Amino acid sequence: MSNLSVQDKVKISFSINGREIEGEAEPRKLLSDFIREDLGLTGTHVGCEHGVCGSCTVLYNGKAVRSCLMFAAQADGSEIQTVEGLAVNGQEHPLQTSFTECHGLQCGFCTPGILMSSVEMLNSGEEPTTQEIKEMLSGHLCRCTGYKGIIEAIEKVCKPNACKEGEN
Amino acid sequence: MKPATFTYHRPADLEEAVKLLDEYGSEGKIIAGGQSFIPILNMRMSEPGCLIDINQIEELKSVRLEDDVIKIGALTTQRELERHELIKKHIPLLAEGVPFIGHVQTRNRGTVGGSVAHADPSAELPLCFLALDAEIVIDSIDGKRTTSINDFFITYLTTELMPEEILTEIHVPLNQPNGYAFEEFSRRHGDFALVAAACLLSVDDDGIIENARIVLGGVEAVPLLAEEAMEYLEGKSLTENVLEQAVELAVVDADPDSDLHASKEYRLHLTKVMARKALLKAYDRGLRKEG
Ligand code: FES
Ligand code: FES
Repeated sequence: MSNLSVQDKVKISFSINGREIEGEAEPRKLLSDFIREDLGLTGTHVGCEHGVCGSCTVLYNGKAVRSCLMFAAQADGSEIQTVEGLAVNGQEHPLQTSFTECHGLQCGFCTPGILMSSVEMLNSGEEPTTQEIKEMLSGHLCRCTGYKGIIEAIEKVCKPNACKEGEN
Repeated sequence: MKPATFTYHRPADLEEAVKLLDEYGSEGKIIAGGQSFIPILNMRMSEPGCLIDINQIEELKSVRLEDDVIKIGALTTQRELERHELIKKHIPLLAEGVPFIGHVQTRNRGTVGGSVAHADPSAELPLCFLALDAEIVIDSIDGKRTTSINDFFITYLTTELMPEEILTEIHVPLNQPNGYAFEEFSRRHGDFALVAAACLLSVDDDGIIENARIVLGGVEAVPLLAEEAMEYLEGKSLTENVLEQAVELAVVDADPDSDLHASKEYRLHLTKVMARKALLKAYDRGLRKEG
């Protein structure tokens, strides 16, 4: 059992976008801040820092979670994925492409978080209904788009058959 | 916005956790999913000296059926609960209520035990478990004890848990009434409920209500068991008149506060609307033996 005094930093190691990292942080350091400040991955945005806006969403062991509602120390031993990990060899993730094509973003502040939730949905292998997409999006605030383009972008990738039918 | 400093412990098992709780007493706070607690820390509404992170304790992560009781480990996430086959099959009230909790992204992390121990009077799980007449299992360095959920909630965000105790399991008996319904009103999906109602009715073949449990949320400092309405409904069939009367009786003990989200009068009105909807739906399902 480790007895830490208040100022002690804790050692943290986890995998982020497939890369193993080791670091140290005060126990109170939020995972979102650790990712941005210590790892320099500023694609994960912070809006509210208390779990309301969803812009800080990352994948934690494959699940979309708010990184402002976790301490960095709690990520120890886990696998984290952020928006920086989506493109492979400079090749955009299909969701990134469809967000561009469907005008799923304007300022882009909310986009990294929404992409990560959408990736979880896509990876689940179950084709979502439009209602399920909307419910998932209720965890994200976008001040720009009005959500229509976002929904279309997600549908295009997560339910490709339905979209083709719509176009014909 | 950052929490105040604290020491951090991550016990590997329950034994270590209860030792830490004993050692730190009221200085120590348990952190589970943190979906309500970390915002509170971030805003410095609470500044505990020590956090005891129970997320590594594997023995608290299970949902199982044993001796006609569904036993839900405290660290089961709300998302796991919502999708669990045992829950869908045997406790549909939970499957209906849980999707109202926050969002997928918070249910992925938020836990069952955390939500019950946090004891927000408008939160969905305390409401459902009270309707289901659940038992709460509590551990401490002195051993295990169980308590009925009927006595568990004391006031706003306060339960009978002592500082050195930890909620470890929730037990829900299988033989639940056949009719169930969960209704909630919030400003936007995923917001805290303004008011919510959970209802269980056993309805016999002639449409007579044998047994009723009605719980209202957001109307008092604790989830409110609408006992007068429950007694009144027993032995009756749900005609329009009986429904009216039951709804009036359901709110006799409700005394909601006004706040910036809704006035007292509006909350009372909404409570009646939610109670009415829940009763109708539960009765209908009970008649059709859906539960
Ligand atoms: S910054 Fe995490 S939810 Fe807003
Ligand atoms: S694109 Fe600007 S906030 Fe969503």
